[in-house]
Amino acid sequence: MSDQGHGHHHPAPPSAIERRVAALESLLTERGLVPDGFIEDVTRRYESEIGPMNGAKVVARAWTDPEYKKRLLADGAASIAELGFGGAEGGHMVVVENTDAVHNVVVCTLCSCYPWPVLGLPPAWYKDAPYRARMVREPRKLLAEMGCELPAETEIQVWDSSAEVRYLVLPQRPPGTDGMAETELAGLVTRDSMIGVARL
Amino acid sequence: MHVDGIHDLGGMQGFGAVAHAPDEPVFHQPWEAVARALLVLVADAVEASGGEFRHSIERMDPGHYLTSSYYEHWLTAAATLAVEHGLVTRSELEAAAGGPFPLSGPVTAPPVRDAGPDVAEPRFAAGDLVRVREWHPPGHTRCPRYVRGKDGVVTRVDGIYSVPDVEAHGTERRREPTYSVRFDADELWRDGQRGVFVHVDLWDSYLERR
Repeated sequence: MSDQGHGHHHPAPPSAIERRVAALESLLTERGLVPDGFIEDVTRRYESEIGPMNGAKVVARAWTDPEYKKRLLADGAASIAELGFGGAEGGHMVVVENTDAVHNVVVCTLCSCYPWPVLGLPPAWYKDAPYRARMVREPRKLLAEMGCELPAETEIQVWDSSAEVRYLVLPQRPPGTDGMAETELAGLVTRDSMIGVARL
Repeated sequence: MHVDGIHDLGGMQGFGAVAHAPDEPVFHQPWEAVARALLVLVADAVEASGGEFRHSIERMDPGHYLTSSYYEHWLTAAATLAVEHGLVTRSELEAAAGGPFPLSGPVTAPPVRDAGPDVAEPRFAAGDLVRVREWHPPGHTRCPRYVRGKDGVVTRVDGIYSVPDVEAHGTERRREPTYSVRFDADELWRDGQRGVFVHVDLWDSYLERR
């Protein structure tokens, strides 16, 4: 990014990976396999419409409506669809509830399975080797390293998304939020709390 | 060389800290979004099943797999499927990229010629004691290595789904129930940890009664 020694800025040459992506894109485009606007449209949807703000609404509804919470824990996908969320990687949802006694955390040791309609695309660390290798082997230690220290007596349930079900953690409602409205509550819910690597 | 799935990372030791950040962008670089979209387009164009799609990533060279980002995995898979299904050639890719274009290795498992009958009724119910089959299939599977041969308890019966081991290797299909199976972490790792349970979702044919 430095222009020392140059009288002008010029863009960095494309990296090897950028050249490979461009190569495949241009060859597929020549063959008519890349519809106009497809890449931009998918990118925009995952950057602004499909993300953890959707899951936060589900969680806030469950905190404020006991009947909804009951339905959510019994049939995740149908109850999430009540709020208008669904689609790829969300067809069979199981919602697991944190309590004082039990903490839930989600991983995909084999690839990167993740509940797209409620959380969007997974963060890089969720897909990288250290998280996938360690969360099933030493979850208490790894959670503490990630800032989620649990009392020794708290039971830990790890969910490895190895088949068709996708998991959403229902975090505990934080203390001191009794008077808050549902939309305000949704603002408190983080992505990490719905993966289970943080408590609120 | 036969590698038993570098992607099968559960329990592998020596990786160190998770590079965790509470907030990170959906895509770190514009090319990541393009790579992701290209794999969706290629998988669609060649009508890849979920199993074939995942196996195209799993066949990456192990060193390349561990040292590249997830979206580089997706790009490699997209290019591999595109070459294997005749949409493009490797030399076209390398010419257009102006350099090497690493692809995943070949499929080593034989094609499935006869998938056998569907399993229409769940063999197990919640509470049943099961053991995961101890076997090492040569191709794609969704049975993680770290639970093979281990004892667990069925906690949930889910739907009936196409078996990935079959659909990754040809046009045959077999459908079976899947179950969520709970393992005590101490049964998995024999390290004395208490109050830790790992749930793994498994197809019917991965399990035996005990």
